[in-house]
Amino acid sequence: MHKQFISIWFFIGTLLTIYGGIILTANIFEAVTPSSGNHIVLKELNFGIWWGALLIIVGLLYFISFRPWKKR
Amino acid sequence: MSKLLLKTFLPQANLLFINASRLVSLNWVDTIIIVLYFAFVLGIGYYLLRFTKTGVDFFLAGRSMTKWIAGLSFVAANLGSLELMGWAAASYQYGILATHWYWIGAIPAMLFLGIVMMPFYYICKTHSVPGYLKLRYGENASMLSAVSFGFMTVLMSGINMYAMALVMKVVLGWDIHFSIWVSSLTVMVYVVLGGLLSAIFNEVLQFMLIWFGALIIPIVGLVEVGGWDGMIQRIQHNFPAGDYTHLWHTLGSFQNNPMGIHWTGIVLGLGFVISFSYWTTDFLVVQRVLAAKDLRSAKMAPIIGASFKMFVPLIVILPGLLGLAVMPGLVGQSEAVATGAHSYNEVLPLMLARYAGPGLLGLGVTALIAGFMSGMAGNVSAFATVWTYDIYKPIHVALTKSEGPDAHYVKIGRLCTIIGVLISIGTAYLVQQFASIMDYVQALFSFFVAPMLGTVLLGMLWKRTTAKGGFWGLLAGIGSSIGMWLWVKIYPGALKIIALSGHAKDMAENMYRALWCWIICVVVTVIVSLLTTPKPESQLVGLVRGCTPLPSEGELPLLKRPIFWAAIVFIVFIALNIIFW
Repeated sequence: MHKQFISIWFFIGTLLTIYGGIILTANIFEAVTPSSGNHIVLKELNFGIWWGALLIIVGLLYFISFRPWKKR
Repeated sequence: MSKLLLKTFLPQANLLFINASRLVSLNWVDTIIIVLYFAFVLGIGYYLLRFTKTGVDFFLAGRSMTKWIAGLSFVAANLGSLELMGWAAASYQYGILATHWYWIGAIPAMLFLGIVMMPFYYICKTHSVPGYLKLRYGENASMLSAVSFGFMTVLMSGINMYAMALVMKVVLGWDIHFSIWVSSLTVMVYVVLGGLLSAIFNEVLQFMLIWFGALIIPIVGLVEVGGWDGMIQRIQHNFPAGDYTHLWHTLGSFQNNPMGIHWTGIVLGLGFVISFSYWTTDFLVVQRVLAAKDLRSAKMAPIIGASFKMFVPLIVILPGLLGLAVMPGLVGQSEAVATGAHSYNEVLPLMLARYAGPGLLGLGVTALIAGFMSGMAGNVSAFATVWTYDIYKPIHVALTKSEGPDAHYVKIGRLCTIIGVLISIGTAYLVQQFASIMDYVQALFSFFVAPMLGTVLLGMLWKRTTAKGGFWGLLAGIGSSIGMWLWVKIYPGALKIIALSGHAKDMAENMYRALWCWIICVVVTVIVSLLTTPKPESQLVGLVRGCTPLPSEGELPLLKRPIFWAAIVFIVFIALNIIFW
């Protein structure tokens, strides 16, 4: 390898953070204005909100830890 | 191991196609998640293009991967969408018995690869498993294994592609041509651009997405049923006559379990021959470890892979068991076609639809697509390496009397990637027209895998093995496997001789056939080797145990030694088997 490439963990962190943001937003919206077509089991747990938040936390951890502009 | 699964899963998927109506509907949030995934994998391929200049960059990812990346990629290359869908269905059908394919059918072999075999693959600087055979046995054995591996890999890739397109048709109502072309062209673009480096990067990304997408089912499912004990109680209540929750308890006889298998078949056939053949000699997975940056990383990668593999049943087997607890009415495929009821082959998407809200459904579907793409990228990158280095290069050198520049082989590798994807697409359409082809391709694959283990193991561990012994042993193993397969096809009564019981099912027959052809390969190799002249020891340095000085790990602290971590993983593996006995 002639040049150091950006860590794969940075890409993973970026994608997970974006996914987390989308899922969290969509599920907060769903909790506030429930759609009639949504028949998922244990809907009251708002699992999508928790999962979206988890994705953001994990994603940000990777994003920050492996950011390419970090001073070595 | 999805190669074993296709035989039972895909013919049923063909039937699914007949009464296809979509199981789930995606909304715009789910669609954004899927589109973003495609954009990301293509972007990564484009970014890595600038780092892929030499043959080592393209075919071995610059031999610069850390143990974590090589280890995760090693597992991800095997974790296809069929693996997820098919084993979830198998666990609904057979219960926890399906876990054997993840534990005894993988863990010991992966640890053996890391501790015993990896030093020789790595030290001899080979770029492929046929490349190792060339160094150890010469051109004949290498060419036989390279040609068989190359053909079988792209054909299997095509069959997987067709299966994935069928799944997308059934689950989402997607057009079958759309699924085939979009997913395969995406894989082609990112592998052509970044070679193995790009394939490995994307496999690690896909591995993470598979976990985050599929883990939703066991978590919410266990909440619904009241934990593990609640799930067992519900299963026993729903199916009082069957035993779906013990790993070894019912394997005392062929008749006592739904797989129609005996514990000797699981231990010797699956746990030894099939598992060791696949995990230690199938270049698709070994290539990922060869990309490690140093020998210690190469030894650690399969051990890290094994530790993750042990927990894959959480996202594959547990959803099937939860299905038994909360959806007891799923039926076999023929009955589903006749009655319009849901089949247990649909258990994973049904569970996803049961628990996944907006966005989570898109993430789950992305996990399935990611699983397919990681498997296909593994196939085409391995195909490109073997065809370029083990088939094209010897012919090119013989014709031109020169090796040619490195850049030439990178170009050929890229061309082979495109050709590999196109052959896969062609195979997918061929299977769509003639479904029986799939059975023959899978049978062909099984002919080569088990004898390869005998040839590679004897070559690595016994310095007396000769080139002629290796070649004739491999040929005898392949020939005997074909012979046994034909024998059962022509005369079904032969099953009770080969599989030791007339009650044996397909899977049991595969296991015993693999065991016998491995034994034949080993016996012929040993006899021919003893009758022919071996290579001098000086030519076996770096290739054979006893002739190769291995770097000592004695000065390393305990926590950095691969053998220590292998022991930990093995203890956990034993404990899990005892817990779920």
